[in-house]
Amino acid sequence: MAAVKTPRQKVANQLAIAAVIVIAIIFLAPIYWIGSTAFKPRALATTVPPTVLFQPEVTPFVKLFTRRVQLNRPVEPGAYEAAPWWEKRIYDGGERVLRVGEDVQLSGYPDRFLNSLIIAVTSTLLAVSMGTLTAYGFSRFRVAGEQDWLFFILSTRMLPPVVVAIPMFLMYRVVGMTDTHIGLIILYTAFNLSFSVWLMKGFIDEIPKEYEEAALVDGYTRMQAFFKIVLPEAATGIAATAVFCFITAWNEYAFALMMTNRRAQTAPPFIPAQVGSGLTDWTTIAAGTFLFLLPVAIFTFLLRNHLLRGMSFGAIRK
Amino acid sequence: MAHIELKNTTKKFGATTALRNLDLEIADGEFFVLLGETGAGKTTTLRLIAGLERPTEGQILIDGADVSNWGPAERDVALVLQQYSLYPRYTVRENLEFPLKAKIRHVEPEEIRNQVARAAKILRIEHLLDRKTDRLSGGEMQRVSIGRAIVRRPRVFLMDEPLSALDAKLREALRTELKNLQMTLGATFLFVTHDQIEAMSMGDKIGVLDRGRLVQTGTPYEIYNNPRSTFVARSVGSPPMNLLDGRLVEGRAVVAPKRFELPLNGQAGAVSEGRPLVFGIRPEDLTVEPGAPVEATVHDVENHGVEKILTLRAGDAMLHATVSARMNVAVDETVQFAWNPEKVVLFDDASGLSLRHGG
Repeated sequence: MAAVKTPRQKVANQLAIAAVIVIAIIFLAPIYWIGSTAFKPRALATTVPPTVLFQPEVTPFVKLFTRRVQLNRPVEPGAYEAAPWWEKRIYDGGERVLRVGEDVQLSGYPDRFLNSLIIAVTSTLLAVSMGTLTAYGFSRFRVAGEQDWLFFILSTRMLPPVVVAIPMFLMYRVVGMTDTHIGLIILYTAFNLSFSVWLMKGFIDEIPKEYEEAALVDGYTRMQAFFKIVLPEAATGIAATAVFCFITAWNEYAFALMMTNRRAQTAPPFIPAQVGSGLTDWTTIAAGTFLFLLPVAIFTFLLRNHLLRGMSFGAIRK
Repeated sequence: MAHIELKNTTKKFGATTALRNLDLEIADGEFFVLLGETGAGKTTTLRLIAGLERPTEGQILIDGADVSNWGPAERDVALVLQQYSLYPRYTVRENLEFPLKAKIRHVEPEEIRNQVARAAKILRIEHLLDRKTDRLSGGEMQRVSIGRAIVRRPRVFLMDEPLSALDAKLREALRTELKNLQMTLGATFLFVTHDQIEAMSMGDKIGVLDRGRLVQTGTPYEIYNNPRSTFVARSVGSPPMNLLDGRLVEGRAVVAPKRFELPLNGQAGAVSEGRPLVFGIRPEDLTVEPGAPVEATVHDVENHGVEKILTLRAGDAMLHATVSARMNVAVDETVQFAWNPEKVVLFDDASGLSLRHGG
């Protein structure tokens, strides 16, 4: 039966919708700014008031992925005609007209982006899988000093990470793990693990242990029961935990800045480093940031059903 | 099929003792019902046999082999629970196949199909096979649970209040079905319940548990007519056995504190005069008729259709009596009643144990 709304309810409903729209605008404004600036000609990037209508172009992205290098030889005649389309954009853009002795190469951005992906994905996988197993143990077995262990695990999150940044850096330098992928992966995994354990414990506690016991009696081992029964039931929780861990690892700035400089540098410390000398090119930075936002957005989008569905236990009647 | 024995089994959870020196024997092909209140240790007993808990002390034998250290998978038992026993996300068919697909069983796909079809036919759930379990009614769910137990031929069926979550009509229907199923399969059943009607109507044997101790084991007839203690007398029968405090005076029962007397027909035997006793008498062994020796007022009348249950007040004592539904009787009316002296059970007042069992 469709609910009949009184005029009062209608007004309240419309007010709520209006409030949601206002809040959404406030939250989406910076994303819009980044997104639009990434496609603007450089001259329009910092106009006041901001330019809303413009001819979008890909020049910021081309500049993001390329860099100029000094050559020891003169530019060959006919170089413009021979250049690929994206190099021509630079010639045509009017800002980076190649001078004698300059050449265009791939910039450091793709490598940094790849580093970010490798480190965030690996540390998320590790943190979520280890967290799930640990949480399962805490949830299902009698662990001596369980409360103390859980508190200890949580206590690793009680200090602001920056406090330990310098000791961590010194430790990493001694063992030679600065500027390595594995170094950042370990760091982010350790950082996310406590969060993952606590979150997953909540989700696994919600799954009745009767399911596994039924499977045990039916002839399955504890491990088989875990994979066949618990894991599918915990999928929602795993997805939510993974999204949070991934976002934390992906966005991490302070440790990445301190621990890496070239080989294992991630995108967050790289992008602001491009502010560079002379005039700041906001369009290029916006392009870098815009691309940087995409993986999290895509990842969250792919898992949206799991995140929204909430826990559904099928045959349970509480 | 199997013979099950628990020898001197104790189970402690931390500081609490769930089971104390339990000795229990279930014969091959027997329908054994464990009756007890919440927390009496029924489920713990069942979990010990299933291998989901390890005994703190004592032995568990299945067919003479000590299985105390075996895992649940090796014991080859089947478990049906009150709820949560069906895997969500699976269809009914997948649920039924699940026990057969376990690696340790090595069942061929065709055999799986046959067994699932057989179980579905026995339980009349063939039309549900492709349905998801969350689209089933309570009764259908329990049928599927039982189906998951019978697809393989386990040595023992363990059932933990499988009918308690169902409504009354369905419970009665499934009660009969379960009993029939057990007879058809000739299987050993251990059925745990707090419902004495289930225990009486289904069990070949009943074990009454009280706070971790097995108080009495016997056929429903023995348990009902010859309870070992006042606890058993109270837990079986609806309404329960009348228990009256009193003492023996010249071979007659004198019920205190506002005395009335009834004959005992020499049942007392060698019991000493004046010893404090509890007289137990079933409501159906009280007769309400004019001219009977004791006078009482009718406190309440409950009409059950086939019979009426009267609550009588005699002196300070309250008694239940079952009478024919045709009897005309009103609240506050004065009636006379007698008891069948053959059926009176004497309990020691201090220990609560029946004198017939050598209290």
